[in-house]
Amino acid sequence: MVEYFWTAIWPWIIWTPILKAIQSLAFIVPLLILIAYIIYADRKIWAAVQLRRGPNVVGPWGLLQSFADMAKFLFKEPIIPSGSNKILFLLAPLITAFVTIAVWAVIPVGSGWPANEGTSWVVANINVGILYVLAISSLEVYGIIIGGWASNSKYPFLSALRSAGQMISYEVSIGFVIVTVLLCVGSLNLTDIVLAQQTGLANWLGVPTLTILNWFWLPLFPMFIVFVISALAETNRPPFDLPEAESELVAGFMVEYSSSLYMLFMLGEYLAVTFMCAMTTILFLGGWLPPADIAIFNWIPGVVWFMLKLWLVFFMFAMVKAFVPRYRYDQLMRLGWKVFLPLSLFMVVAVASVLHFFDLAP
Amino acid sequence: MARVAQGIKSLFLLEFVAAFWLSMKYFFKPKMTVNYPFEKGPLSPRFRGEHVLRRYPNGEERCIACKLCEAVCPAQAIIIEAGPRRNDGTRRTTRYDIDMTKCIYCGLCQEACPVEAIVEGPNFEYATETHEELLYNKERLLEKGDRWEREIAKNIELDAPYR
Repeated sequence: MVEYFWTAIWPWIIWTPILKAIQSLAFIVPLLILIAYIIYADRKIWAAVQLRRGPNVVGPWGLLQSFADMAKFLFKEPIIPSGSNKILFLLAPLITAFVTIAVWAVIPVGSGWPANEGTSWVVANINVGILYVLAISSLEVYGIIIGGWASNSKYPFLSALRSAGQMISYEVSIGFVIVTVLLCVGSLNLTDIVLAQQTGLANWLGVPTLTILNWFWLPLFPMFIVFVISALAETNRPPFDLPEAESELVAGFMVEYSSSLYMLFMLGEYLAVTFMCAMTTILFLGGWLPPADIAIFNWIPGVVWFMLKLWLVFFMFAMVKAFVPRYRYDQLMRLGWKVFLPLSLFMVVAVASVLHFFDLAP
Repeated sequence: MARVAQGIKSLFLLEFVAAFWLSMKYFFKPKMTVNYPFEKGPLSPRFRGEHVLRRYPNGEERCIACKLCEAVCPAQAIIIEAGPRRNDGTRRTTRYDIDMTKCIYCGLCQEACPVEAIVEGPNFEYATETHEELLYNKERLLEKGDRWEREIAKNIELDAPYR
């Protein structure tokens, strides 16, 4: 009996959940702090381009602004419209926040030890990581639809419909972009996707130290652009922020939300944006791999490279917000269905043909 | 040909790159923001801010209760009651109220005043938490006049050549 406890019950029923809980906590807390500074950076970058200063009062250079905002949201009164469906109204922000946090479980942020053996810093190193990402991030649309509908108000409802249409349209081309990457990798595991970028174009060109050329952004170049733009549309970021266009609508599907419920929506939104930055980093910018195979770069831990790349992609996201005018809804749909979808479909066929006929498929 | 050029432009996002460089130039430019509570923008000597009632240098209040300001006030924010002063019987105000929430800061009261008693000073930071605190009475206005006398005298002197 005692032996049974130590061999069966202890490792699977008690120890594994505790270990996973500790791992998740150790991942979520730095993640939420990262989100606080992503929001801060977003405001600062946007302000700098417009010759403003941005938040600069709370803490040195305003570094604690996001935490002050969080405290403010928590202490505000949550107002629930009398005509709303209370259960769904409260459920929607929870779905958004839960789903956008859950999707981070498969994101590998650094190389494991020993390096290069399929291990990495990740909460759940599952073999179908990409499928998990697609499945969970598709659920994000439910938070928006339910939030807009349960508000029982026409503007949130209309913008929830817009937002859902937009997210579904761009998920299609994102799916094809991911397929092209998977064709070059031969695995659905996100760690394997990063490790597959260790060799490639640089070796073929005869400059193996320039590992930056190995990453998929160069061989799959148009797909890199398509993915970044689709990621903007998928997360309702400017210039595709039609559902919550500040200058035209109030806050889209979040109109009726206030206090901590609104904070959960905003948290979910920025988690999704940061997640898309992380996905761009993993799929196209070589995850935690250093950009050149030279001594100093190799000494820097992988997680630092991962964060640097994530911040670089986010900087582009924030700059795009600052200088690209907002798309009209028909232009958005035209770009999604008549430009990106044929282009990514063609690239799937082209990449598959090249890999097949030149015998490069992994 | 033009369509090919347009296609290349949009494929390599050339306009996007140009816009990116332009906004990067602005990114590093000095910021226009005035760090308000710590630094303040310049004010004209004619700036029309909070009202004050002034005194003569010997401490005598200037207002003679002619009620020109009350008559000219387009928002009817000023209420004056006049009466003889107790010790020497000269005409003075017994009540001088300004409702700062009615006032439109047009400056007609200081234009109308023959003795430069009611003046709109350079102070604009007098926000309060309640409405009642913005219903100024005579004591309050005279006290404000004593506090801002130096600035107001300077502004009147600077503006005098143009009057």
